Amino acid sequence: MTDLRPGADTPSARTAHAGSPDRGPAPAGADSPAARAGYADPPPRMGFFTDTSVCIGCKACEVACKEWNGVPDTGFDLLGLSYDNTGALTANSWRHVAFIEQPAAPAPAPAAGRTQFLGMPGATPPGRDSTAPRTDFRWLMMSDVCKHCTEAACLDVCPTGALFRTEFSTVVVQEDICNGCGYCVSACPYGVIDKRAGDGRAWKCTLCYDRIGAGMTPACAQACPTESIQYGELDELRRRADERLAHLRDAGVSSAQLYGHDPGDGVGGDGAFFLLLDEPEVYGLPPDPVVTTRDLPKMWRRAGLAALAMAAATVAAFVGGRP
Amino acid sequence: MSSAAQDPAGRERAGADPGRVGDRFRRYQAGMSAGGDPAGDPLPGRSGAAPGRGPAGGRGRGGGRGGRGEQPAVPPAEFTSYHGRPVLKAPVWTRDIPAYLFTGGLSSGAALLAAGGDLTGRTALRRAGRLTALGAIGASTYFLIADLGRPARFHHMLRVAKPTSPMSVGTWILSVFGPAAGIAAIAEAAPLLPRRGPLGLVRRLLPGAGRAAGLVSATTAPALATYTAVLLADTAVPSWHEAYPYLPFVFAGSALASGAGSALIAVAPQQAGPARRLAVAGAALELAGAHRIERRLGLLSEPYRTARAGRLLNAGRALTAAGVAGALLGRRNRAVSALSGAALLAASVATRFGLYEGGVASARDPRYTVVPQRRRRDARTAAGTAPQ
Repeated sequence: MTDLRPGADTPSARTAHAGSPDRGPAPAGADSPAARAGYADPPPRMGFFTDTSVCIGCKACEVACKEWNGVPDTGFDLLGLSYDNTGALTANSWRHVAFIEQPAAPAPAPAAGRTQFLGMPGATPPGRDSTAPRTDFRWLMMSDVCKHCTEAACLDVCPTGALFRTEFSTVVVQEDICNGCGYCVSACPYGVIDKRAGDGRAWKCTLCYDRIGAGMTPACAQACPTESIQYGELDELRRRADERLAHLRDAGVSSAQLYGHDPGDGVGGDGAFFLLLDEPEVYGLPPDPVVTTRDLPKMWRRAGLAALAMAAATVAAFVGGRP
Repeated sequence: MSSAAQDPAGRERAGADPGRVGDRFRRYQAGMSAGGDPAGDPLPGRSGAAPGRGPAGGRGRGGGRGGRGEQPAVPPAEFTSYHGRPVLKAPVWTRDIPAYLFTGGLSSGAALLAAGGDLTGRTALRRAGRLTALGAIGASTYFLIADLGRPARFHHMLRVAKPTSPMSVGTWILSVFGPAAGIAAIAEAAPLLPRRGPLGLVRRLLPGAGRAAGLVSATTAPALATYTAVLLADTAVPSWHEAYPYLPFVFAGSALASGAGSALIAVAPQQAGPARRLAVAGAALELAGAHRIERRLGLLSEPYRTARAGRLLNAGRALTAAGVAGALLGRRNRAVSALSGAALLAASVATRFGLYEGGVASARDPRYTVVPQRRRRDARTAAGTAPQ
């Protein structure tokens, strides 16, 4: 079993606190969202790099997350979606391992239903027999999580201040403040945060705020046996991701791509980003998410115009009728 | 207000998630394997299609769902999704929210008419407007608090004032409008008070206070009616967000038309002239805005034209037309005027629920999330500005 106790030391835990040696003289979190949120001299921005190319679909991250954070069960259903019986990120699933079964070549249109013929079992292991070669079937697995956006829509629209930016530049819900208005649920461009039935409040990944505040690794990264989930300083993770991407591309995996790593994207880059082996929408991720509040000034202007039109119409209705 | 806080069972029953999460997945699966919705396409998917779309050899098997209801005007776009599942979470709001959109708008329109009636000496119009404004804003407050996951914590909204959160802005608009509308309505009780004693003093002071409060509520009313459009648009829900240029005008028009409708019911035709004119203006704004939302958003207009949203918006259009026609033609007849007012109120309800449902449908179907974003991303890649 993976050790979740304080002080348990793994490679990922070590790298989390090593710091990047080539950092300049500026303070670690000088330009981080935390600094912009008003923290004086915040620690470096922390995040996740989830490398799906080494994910084995063990779901240890899901289990560790539930155990550490005391997240309720999701109903123990069989969903018929490959090995995925979690279904989606919800209020009760803060890590979700997606499973996608893919033929490498375009399938001949499985018109009748979604079942697919994967070939007859042979007498020898696949690939040994030249008459029945190994099929090019591939299985994608990916552990999804809250992205802890640089420009977080959930945080922007929260009317109570329950959602806040931590000193690590992550985004966390304060459960004693949230009144369950549900606005964040509709605002999230990734469909992550969710209202818990029976509880009424919104819940999501906290990036284990309690653990990282004590210098520990988040439960999911701690439990991941293949370091598919890597936790650490975001700058360091981005460097590592670039290296890994170059390595995979050199090895001929041309479909490999990073997702959420770019600070110039529609949400200003994610605090939790991914290396994917197919297009984002295959994994259930939006291909080009944009934080909704980016258009908010334009929305207020339109509303202002409409309000003026209302006032003008009222005045005209009373003045116009007077002889 | 307090009844909402004491009724957790009611909240639970009205909640978006009656069962456990897995039940929702199973229902979704059942819909998928039954070939989508009753008239849906048989899972177009993207298998084997779109050659040259990205480097990956095999496209995902997860197909999209077909269009629902009538034949969509936009050709079905091919796209990939994760087992056909939605990317976004559909709004967890219950019907309390579209109901609030209606009552908030009604209150706003009524407050405007009341102030106008007050300033132009139309007593009946003033009284009806003030009482309607108070009743509707009371209902609004109930709906808003009842929709919270933790109704007893409604006052947490007052912890902060955040311009980035339309809900926070709306909370503060409501906290100005509500009390003002309340004082204005209470002022209508002045003639019931005795002429002498301390209550006599109140009787003399109330009309002035009522006028001041009525003007405050009328000044806030346009903001109350239009901020709700920003409330819906400032979400990731595709068909709400993209409708942001038009939604405020629909909501403004709907508020005026419903306010005018309430006055047509409550006021004799002789004093209802401004209400008739306001009904025409409001209906014009509402119809023009809704038409743009249903036609100008490309693929994202589709949810507003199909299924329940389409039926509700069509009903809203017909009721608006009937209400305006009745208000103009039946201007000397009390009964026809009142019927027209009722039609305008019903039209506003149908329009609000239609726009609400359309957005919810767009969030439930991954097509409306993936296709526009994929087009945007591909266009950027083609322009050579993609990060990779």
